[in-house]
This record gives sequence, C-alpha cells and structure tokens, in this order.
Amino acid sequence: MKIYEYQAKILFAEFGIPVPRGRAAKTASEAREIAAELGGRVVLKAQVHAGGRGKAGGIKTAESPEGVAKVAAGMLGRRLVTHQTGPEGAPVDAILVEEALDTRRELYLSIIINSATGTPVIIASEAGGMEIEELAGESPEKIIRTCIDPGMLEFQPFMARRIAFSLSLEAEQIRPAIALISGLYRLFRARDCSLAEINPLVVTTDGRLLALDAKLDFDDNALYRQKDIAALRDTDQENPLEVDAKGKGIENYIKLDGDIGIVVNGAGLAMSVMDTLKLAGGSPANFLDIGTVNDPRRVVNAFRILSADPDVKSVLVNIFGGMARVDTIATGIVEAHKEMDIKSPVVVRLTGTNLAEGERILSESGLNLIRAKTFREAADKAVAAAAGNL
Amino acid sequence: MSILVDENTRLLVQGITGGEGTFHTRACIEYGTRVVAGVTPGKGGTLWENTVPVFNTVEQAVKETGANASIIFVPAPLAADAIFEAADAGLSPIVCITEGIPTFDMMAVCHYLRGRNTRLIGPNCPGVISPGKCKVGIMVAAAFKEGTVGVCSRSGTLTYEVAAMLTEIGIGQSTCVGIGGDPITGTTFVEALDLFQQDPATEAIVLIGEIGGTAEQEAAAFIKERVTKPVAAFIAGSAAPVGRRMGHAGAIVTGAAGRAEEKKKALAAVGVRIAESPAEIPAKIGR
Repeated sequence: MKIYEYQAKILFAEFGIPVPRGRAAKTASEAREIAAELGGRVVLKAQVHAGGRGKAGGIKTAESPEGVAKVAAGMLGRRLVTHQTGPEGAPVDAILVEEALDTRRELYLSIIINSATGTPVIIASEAGGMEIEELAGESPEKIIRTCIDPGMLEFQPFMARRIAFSLSLEAEQIRPAIALISGLYRLFRARDCSLAEINPLVVTTDGRLLALDAKLDFDDNALYRQKDIAALRDTDQENPLEVDAKGKGIENYIKLDGDIGIVVNGAGLAMSVMDTLKLAGGSPANFLDIGTVNDPRRVVNAFRILSADPDVKSVLVNIFGGMARVDTIATGIVEAHKEMDIKSPVVVRLTGTNLAEGERILSESGLNLIRAKTFREAADKAVAAAAGNL
Repeated sequence: MSILVDENTRLLVQGITGGEGTFHTRACIEYGTRVVAGVTPGKGGTLWENTVPVFNTVEQAVKETGANASIIFVPAPLAADAIFEAADAGLSPIVCITEGIPTFDMMAVCHYLRGRNTRLIGPNCPGVISPGKCKVGIMVAAAFKEGTVGVCSRSGTLTYEVAAMLTEIGIGQSTCVGIGGDPITGTTFVEALDLFQQDPATEAIVLIGEIGGTAEQEAAAFIKERVTKPVAAFIAGSAAPVGRRMGHAGAIVTGAAGRAEEKKKALAAVGVRIAESPAEIPAKIGR
C-alpha cells in the first residue's frame, strides 16, 4: 500500500528523521497561509501516489504568498500525468508546501526486502536525485548495499557508520547520518514497510542533512496490525475499476490497456493466459484472478467488472477446476448472462474437477458461447473475436 | 522414489478443525496420505471426523502419534507461530498453505530454520504431491500421475494445468512441489532442483517461474553448476506491466532482473529449454 509524501514525512519526523519545514494544504488559501508562516521562498509539491512529479510539472517554487496561492490553484483539483501514472494521470487533492532549501549534495538512501537473502537491505549512494534503476544500470559501483541479518535482533550502529562514512560525508554530518539511517530502519521495521526511500537525501549549504523527498510502501499482508497506516489508504489514487472489483470480492483485478477481458482462477494461470494472448497477437484488457473459492457469484462479479470496462471487445474465461469446480464456474457464467446484457463475445475453456457436469450446464443453457479445448485455441479464438472475426 | 513426501509420511494437520483444514484433510486421506494427528489449541482430546486424534500442541501430537510432517491451514496472523511450533517439534517437511503472512514474520521464520534439519514448503503454496504415494496439499489429484518428471513451481493452478497436460500425454511425475508465490519462501527453486537432481526416480525437471525477484536466475546458476538432468521452464508474466503486483505477493517487476525476459535469458543460457506458453511444456520436456 502506498501513502503520500506528506504522510511519509510525518512518520519520518516521529522516527527522528529530519525533513524540511512545511505541511500539506488542500486549498490555495491554506497553501498561502502555510507559505506566510514559513516565510521566504517555498516549494509546492503535488501529492500523488506516483513518482516522476518533477518532470511532469508537479513540483514548483514560489517566492511570495501571492505566488504560492496562484501556483497552488493551478495544481489542486487537476490530474497530474507522470511516466508512472499512465495517460489518465492521478488526481491532485493536496499539495505539500515546504521551505525551499539551498543544497550542496544530493544522496540516495532506501530500504527494501531482498528476497534472495530473506533480509531487508539498505541501499545507499552518493548519486542521489536520479532513479536508482538508472543508476544501477549506469554506475553500479556507486551503490552500497548492506543486508540486515535478522539474527542481530535489532539494527546495529556499525552498519549505519559504515554507510555514513562510505557516502563521503563531512565530520559534522556523520552523527546525524547515523541517527537518520537508524531511524529509517526502525520505521521500516516497526511499521511493516516494503519500501522506504529518500531520494534525494540532501546536505544543505549550511551543512544539515534532510530527507527532501519521502516514499513509503507497506506490506499489504501486515496491514491488519498497522491499523493507523491502513486508514491512510486513498482509493482516489487507484483505478476506479480496480477499487470497484475489490468491493465485489475480486482482490486481484488489474486494469490493462488491451481489449480482451480475462476471467481466470489463480495468479500464475492468469499471467500465462495474458502471455498466451500476446503470443496469439492479442492484448489483455485486464488481469483477473477469481481466487480459490467455489462460489458462482465470483464469476458473476467478474463479468460485472468486465462489462463496466468499455475497452473489452471479447472475454476469455479459462478455468482449471480445482477448489473452484467446473460446474460452479459454468453456473456462474449462466447466471451472469441472465443478470446482465453481455455484449462482447465470450470464449470459454474449462478443464478439471466436475468437467462433465459443467459442460452439461453450459450446453443446456443455450447460450451462444465460443468453446475451446486447449490453452492456445482459447487464446486464438479470443483474439479473433475481439477483432470481430468470429 | 520421489522427494519430500511418500508412503512413509505420517502427516499432522495444524488447523484440522477449520473449514479449509477439514476439506483438504479429507481429500488427502482419500488420496492415500496417512494423516495421523491434528492440532487445534483447545480441542485436544477430541477426534476429528471420528478418525483422527486432535491435540492441543504439536509437541504432544508428535510424542503420541509419531507424526513426521506437517501441513498448516491456520490464518495468516497465526501462521508464523504455527511454523515455529512445527519446526520446534522437529517435523519435516512443513507445508504451509496459508496466504498473506507478513514479510517480516517470514524473515524471522526463515532465519530460525537456517541450520536446522527442517524443510519448509511455502507459504502461499498448493503443497507437495508424489503421485500414487502421498499428497500433502490442496492440489487436484486427478491432474497428476506417477512417473519420472519432477515439477517445481511458484504458482498453484498453473502447476495443475501443466501437470494435467503432461498426464494427458502419458508423462507422469515423480513429485510436484509448489514453492509458493510469496517473495520469501521456505524452499527455493535451487533447493527443489537439488532434491530432484539427487532423486534417482526423477529423470527430467520442469520449472515454472514467474516475474519478480531473482529466484529463477539463482536457479540458472545452480543448474549450470550441479544439474545434469534435462530441465524445461516456463516463466509466467511476459505480458505483465512493470510495478503492478500480479496476484502473488512476489509477482511484481520492480527491477530489470524481475522481468520474464531476463529470467528466460538466464535459464536459456544454461541449456534450459524455454516454453513460451504452458502448452509448450510437454513438447519441451519431450519424449
């Protein structure tokens, strides 16, 4: 789960990580008040759950409270399109108004989970500001990685010292750096984060070390024990079709840019249906895993979601009956057709437990379904149907 | 032969009295698995479905029934504790079906297991089946058939699909292991490959990977060093977008290494035959 930068900075402050002075505004007049309190030049940062804001015009500076109100009015209530949001962009309902700082260095610091070692890993670099992926490609030698051994019970200061010294900080910044790195790890651990990133971590011209940006992602599996974090979820930043799907009990639905809607059971199987559609020259409109529940309503709800997506030109149902038995799925398909007007052609491939009974239900329904026996045949037919050739 | 589970497996079910636990315990018994005990704290001293004794603790169950393996169906917030308890009692393998365990809990579990003689399978997995001998999992038994191909996979339904395709053309399996779809798993591809390489009954290996993490690259490095048996692989998620979690907690491309293309390249470079669709696997493992 993602949260906004301003929320992450509030958590940073709780863990002793220095951040610029400032706070979030929801209106232009609020932004102007904050700017007046701060005094001097300020930075306005559009709050969205996506990176790439700077290049997209989502970060601007202003010299006076009047200028701040004008810039804020231009940002609030609009949608910001960055390379991470997709063409529809993300709504800007808040902006962070902060003191502008003169900086002399931009560093990089983050913590993620390394699945290969089964530990958190701290990643630091002297080359901040650019995306770490880019940096890893261009100059991997500039990246310092430190794995946290879970056997240490807690974070050990020597690790922070090693990172702080390797960033070529000056003597006066070493102690603050150790405190900052330790604080970031304590936050990461205490709040079940999956990512904590400061990019850039800056040294100001007067020698202070601050988190200029703040990004925190949380482990969805741990939200049950992080209730105050879970309460920060803002569905306005998510695709409305995906939010709607969750409300209908379909946890694993992701909107994609193709035109073939898919209904599959199992994440791996759903991904391979997408792959096979691509091989067949088509493109999926979504990822959808109905889960491992033997309930026809899941299938009905899946059809409801796909029917609400104007991009869907054909539907491919590919089910391997296990926990969800084939007869249950077939019943769901029939019920869906009774409850709604499904305009797109529907290709169905079923196999597994209770196949014969499922086949009987479908054939007795009299529905005009396109049937397929194999994985590839189903994909080919769905592609042809989407193009109007079936 | 086979790996991990066989006719000598004496299974204990943690969470036997719950809905899922009951449903799948029945299916395992029906397949021929010897289920010797169940554990549900507070229900010790009772009999599950008038057949299997239920205990309050794993330790007690092991002492009284000689259970040597465990399958876990307890809810995610309690699952790490259940794994610790089974490992503490010396059971192996421990198959954890539960989905949704916090990552920090799993890091603690895997750290505890390091250096112990306990093998954890999963979590968030369908379990293990040695066709014709023993099923410790939730897979559809009809998809599998006894034979000589070892299958290891990060995905459940996709494993059934591939096993059924193999079974249909007469290619049976020695053992199928679902290692699970989480970023941190008890058993990795490398460990599963090692077991298959050492198993005399396994003649060829199918690896079913997916986007996210680097488990397939580590598998490729191990295959180069140690695996002499033929390996075929399919990597799910070539068509998946970057930065989106595709159902499984571990199936998300965050860096270049997590992409399906990178994984296929690494495996192909060490002689693994790559299937572009699951339907191509039978031909790649080919007879």
